[in-house]
Amino acid sequence: MQNDFVQLKQKEFAELKEYIDSVKNVQGILMQTLQKAQDIFGYLPLEVQKFISDETNIPLADIYGVVTFYTQFTIEEKGKHTIGVCLGTACYVKGSQEIIDKIADELDVKVGQTTEDKLFTLEATRCLGCCGLAPVMVVDEDVYGKVDSKKVPEIIAKYRN
Amino acid sequence: MKTLNELKNMRDEFAKSLDSDKKEDEVRIVVGMATCGISAGARPVLDTLIEEAKLKNLSNIKVVQTGCIGMCVYEPIVEVYEPNKEKVTYTHVDTEKAKKIIDEFAQKTEEPVESTSLMDGDFYKKQKRIALRNCGFIDPENINEYIARDGYAALGKALTEMTPDEVIKHMKDSGLRGRGGAGFPTGVKWGFTAPNKADQKYIICNADEGDPGAFMDRSVLEGDPHAVLEAMAIAGYAIGATKGYIYVRAEYPVAVKRLEIAIKQATELGLLGKNIFNSGFDFEIETRLGAGAFVCGEETALMQSIEGKRGMSRVKPPFPAVKGLWGKPSCINNVETLANIPQIINGGPKWFRSFGTEKSPGTKVFALGGKVVNTGLVEVPMGTTLREVIYDIGGGCPDGKEFKAVQTGGPSGGCLTKDHLDTPIEYETLMAVGSMMGSGGMIVMDEDNCMVDIARFFLEFTVDESCGKCTPCRVGTKRMLSILEKITEGKGTMEDLDELESLAISVKDSSLCGLGQTAPNPVLSTLRYFRDEYIAHVVDKKCPSKHCKALLTYEIDKDKCTGCTLCARKCPVKCIDGTVKNPHVINQEACIKCGNCYSVCRFDAVQKN
Repeated sequence: MQNDFVQLKQKEFAELKEYIDSVKNVQGILMQTLQKAQDIFGYLPLEVQKFISDETNIPLADIYGVVTFYTQFTIEEKGKHTIGVCLGTACYVKGSQEIIDKIADELDVKVGQTTEDKLFTLEATRCLGCCGLAPVMVVDEDVYGKVDSKKVPEIIAKYRN
Repeated sequence: MKTLNELKNMRDEFAKSLDSDKKEDEVRIVVGMATCGISAGARPVLDTLIEEAKLKNLSNIKVVQTGCIGMCVYEPIVEVYEPNKEKVTYTHVDTEKAKKIIDEFAQKTEEPVESTSLMDGDFYKKQKRIALRNCGFIDPENINEYIARDGYAALGKALTEMTPDEVIKHMKDSGLRGRGGAGFPTGVKWGFTAPNKADQKYIICNADEGDPGAFMDRSVLEGDPHAVLEAMAIAGYAIGATKGYIYVRAEYPVAVKRLEIAIKQATELGLLGKNIFNSGFDFEIETRLGAGAFVCGEETALMQSIEGKRGMSRVKPPFPAVKGLWGKPSCINNVETLANIPQIINGGPKWFRSFGTEKSPGTKVFALGGKVVNTGLVEVPMGTTLREVIYDIGGGCPDGKEFKAVQTGGPSGGCLTKDHLDTPIEYETLMAVGSMMGSGGMIVMDEDNCMVDIARFFLEFTVDESCGKCTPCRVGTKRMLSILEKITEGKGTMEDLDELESLAISVKDSSLCGLGQTAPNPVLSTLRYFRDEYIAHVVDKKCPSKHCKALLTYEIDKDKCTGCTLCARKCPVKCIDGTVKNPHVINQEACIKCGNCYSVCRFDAVQKN
């Protein structure tokens, strides 16, 4: 299994190695390396963490510690589209909980989970700083402001194909 | 660029195209392209304006992007500056409206496009823009526009005419206090770091704006990134640091991109790098991205994170001024604090002190949000009252709802009531009434918001974001949350309220860093000012704002019910009885109060009580 992953993703590993080599002399580069790796692979499975450990000589335990500390890093594969609903204060007081409940219902997943068809991952995000447009939801890079829970099915439908 | 004269010549040259009095017939059209503008659809508007102007051969029209104009609620916003004319503001612009704006210049016959002159209202009248001076006016991706507005003149002045000690004295005299929330005097902080000898010192810009409901720093970074870079170089000169780090939230991709462009442009012009202004002073800046951890806004945790470690705070002393990043003396300042600095150097401490109050000079930027008509970014002199900000600038609560509370300081702050509306905004006055300045989030709440639930909301946030190092914060906040959950579920007792209060005080007194020390504030302030709401939950088992689901009963109004059967089909416990085209009834004993029937009903027949 592990070898399969390494075999399948040779190109991605090469890209990551190129990045690690380019920042060899920069101090405290672990976070950026993990961010880059997540960009490339979409998530940070153990194989990727091990690879980074081998290349940088940072102990795997330290890398795993950092990966699990920060919410942006994920060790599980995500769906094709990530739906984030802002649970910042401004959005919360304007009813974003209702929106997240509606999406969870619509997709039949809990927050943090991915749908069975691997199409959507539902997340509750921290404040996105678009408080003037509250409540806000994001699908991948698209931001939807002043969302009404009734419009949720319509927004999700756009990403079904 | 190596001399002040060169900078001045550049300034004069570029100022011609910015200053509407000097140029002949050039029309400057700016489009608000901060994150909120972009999400509201500003990009196609910008593209359309550029294309249309080109198509119609209007070479005198210059279309540029700019940062946050401040009126989030009216985005996308387009502003037109014509020579010797008042600026015209167009709100809610789409591509159609954008075409019409250009048409108006091409053939003056068309009907004029509806515009809004925001300058007429109180929105700007009570504001004073220092930190946001350039936001919403200049193109943040063009260093020339920053230079045209006296950019980098303060750095030039500091490096060529002042000693580091004079710069520090200047800052001390100005009375500028940290805008990140705690309000520590900036000059004093620099004064602590400067005398410590080391082979390397660091200036760090804290741009990890984690407070939910706060976006001041994002707006500064997106609208005026050079002001932050210039200030960091000045700070570096004052304390003897040659390297700066900007620690930005990864949630702010536009800010990161603009910072990187700005660093590149400043380095190309020699305003960062080696031997700046021939003074022998070197300074370089690097950006570092966060990865979603609120605690990294705390200075010691932030430095851990820059080093590539788990962002966990540590005991102070030693303070960062002595032992900071990689064990070297470091000085951390917040984005908004830095944005004030070039103007304090240019204008002088006395000028700066002419705004605000004796103890809190200058201005403060607030992100006004929640249940308020004019959501947006406002900058007011310190000492302005909450009422002026919420009502005169913000326009009060929408839909005729009654104002209930205002929350300042995010998860570290407190909720204030209408009795506090005439409190002047200052570090000390807000602290005295149980809230705090915080970084500048100001969330307005109306009669529909349940204060117990708001306390629970903030606690849920801090429980999730506690780094787990010290017990009071890791365990104490979790225990507080479970009591609050019990109360919102209608299972609380009066003893719970006492226990909650005593626990809150212990967590406040014994936590390691600012996160834990301030986490109980939302609970303590709501217990203090909204105790009756807690008691209603505990004794009467009622939520006065009809928010807490477990304390509600759902009933069907038989006059409104059309018997469509939708609610009965959607009910997860099948507790709704009724036949087609006849009014339905909810069996209260079996109801789990999930609220499904309420949200699916198309006829408003399901009522909360």
